[in-house]
Amino acid sequence: MKVWALHLALIAALFTAQFVLSPYHTTNLARIMVLAIFAMGYNLAFGYTGLLSLGHALLLGAGMYAAGLSAQLWGLAAGPALLVGTLAGGTMAAAVGLLALRTAGVSFMIVTLMFAQAGYLTILYFAPTTGGDEGFTVAAAGRTFAGFDLATDTPRFLSALALFAVGLLVSLALVRSPFGRTLVAMRENEERSRMLGYNPFAVKLAALTISGLYAGAAGAAYALLFGYVGASFATIQYSILPMLYVLLGGAGTTLGPFLGAALMFALIEVASGLTTAYLFFVGLALVALVLFAPKGILGTIRERWVKWLP
Amino acid sequence: MAPLIETHGLTLHFGGLKAVDGVDFTLRPGEIHALIGPNGAGKTTFVSLLSGRRLPQSGAILLDGEDISRLPAHARVRKGIAYTFQVTSIFPRLTVFDNVALAVQSHGAKDLPAKTRAALARVGLQDLEAQEAQTLSYGHQRLLELAMGLALNPRLLILDEPTQGLAASEIAGFKSLVQGLVPETTVLLIEHNIEVVMDLATRITVLNFGQVLATGTPAEIRANPAVQEAYLGA
Repeated sequence: MKVWALHLALIAALFTAQFVLSPYHTTNLARIMVLAIFAMGYNLAFGYTGLLSLGHALLLGAGMYAAGLSAQLWGLAAGPALLVGTLAGGTMAAAVGLLALRTAGVSFMIVTLMFAQAGYLTILYFAPTTGGDEGFTVAAAGRTFAGFDLATDTPRFLSALALFAVGLLVSLALVRSPFGRTLVAMRENEERSRMLGYNPFAVKLAALTISGLYAGAAGAAYALLFGYVGASFATIQYSILPMLYVLLGGAGTTLGPFLGAALMFALIEVASGLTTAYLFFVGLALVALVLFAPKGILGTIRERWVKWLP
Repeated sequence: MAPLIETHGLTLHFGGLKAVDGVDFTLRPGEIHALIGPNGAGKTTFVSLLSGRRLPQSGAILLDGEDISRLPAHARVRKGIAYTFQVTSIFPRLTVFDNVALAVQSHGAKDLPAKTRAALARVGLQDLEAQEAQTLSYGHQRLLELAMGLALNPRLLILDEPTQGLAASEIAGFKSLVQGLVPETTVLLIEHNIEVVMDLATRITVLNFGQVLATGTPAEIRANPAVQEAYLGA
């Protein structure tokens, strides 16, 4: 009960934040929430199921380009485009998973990385359609939902919050369900799981596909809420970022991805105001994390103090 | 009575090592069948073939007359063959409850908490359900492993050296537990403790160098000169 209350309280707090924060920070918060959706998907695969992927940028990019291009080329409105983007992320994850899940551990990291690079190069190759390096802006018609342009302040914030809330509550329900227990079983002891009658390949493929749906939704939301689709979102950087968010906030905690995304975003924001070498501060934060809280912030809090945190 | 498990010419060699070498074996429903033999006789490899953890090079395994030789392990578990590991294999960082719940929910999540607690109660771990499994004593971890096997509701429960490392008092409890499982569940037991074997088993198969040396009742096995020479000692 208190678990659900905690999550609903966070959603309520985020809703109130738009009345307190400046427009600049409100937009940033919307961005953080979209990135947190991406990170929640990554967390389901990595934090709960133990699948360390280095290719999630491919899934983010799949959702972003599927939504952006279907709005651009076929004139889809924002609602259907979001759906198309979400499904594109899930389909891409399932397709990659069918091949990549034949491997595990380091090989899995390399194979997923390879797929993501292939995806990035594909975007560049089809530059006449995708805009290549420069990307393209999503026209106002494609960003319209129920008469509102989603790339304006209040609709953007509310859409990001609504998607984030759905993503958060679904992930909470998922990890507290028997299926969530099965995911954790894969992470903890795959061989034992197999001898309890679970098909590890099928379970991991399901986890990766759900993770892809999250990444696809985040990519699509980014395209529609910020009106821009670009190849930079399909680069290795966007495979590493969700991992950093999850590790910082706490892998295998439902709220960790949001916390990690927010803190990392703030850190980069502050550090890049001070110096162009802002990645130095990111590195510093990670070293501190590994030394003092290898389970991430919420992972450590759960271990030491608040045992009931999901 | 039709056999629950039959193997015909079951073979798995590792290079020159004939771990399992043309084994014909029959398991009758409802029996407690012990598999004994010196170290390296192929007992664990043989049950790995039965449970699907390894696939045979030749020969066939029939479950209730159906050929399961090529089925993957998880599919065999769903057909009712449960395996408990020789080296305790649990989910160390999950609670005792979650460990057993994973076994219960693999064949349907209805009444999950009740069924999980029932399986825990059968081995006497009901008061420890909230503990992390890695904090249990070794004997309790063995019992947890057994509870996971039982919670699968198997037709055949394969126990690989279940009493290894248990105290004498724990062994007595284990014996009565296993006796209570038959005839609903058939038990195949690999065991080095010869007293446990003689007390529990209705039939015994002796393996030596990957081959069946003898099969029979405990009395027959005890009287068999070839077995005495190879294993039991004079």
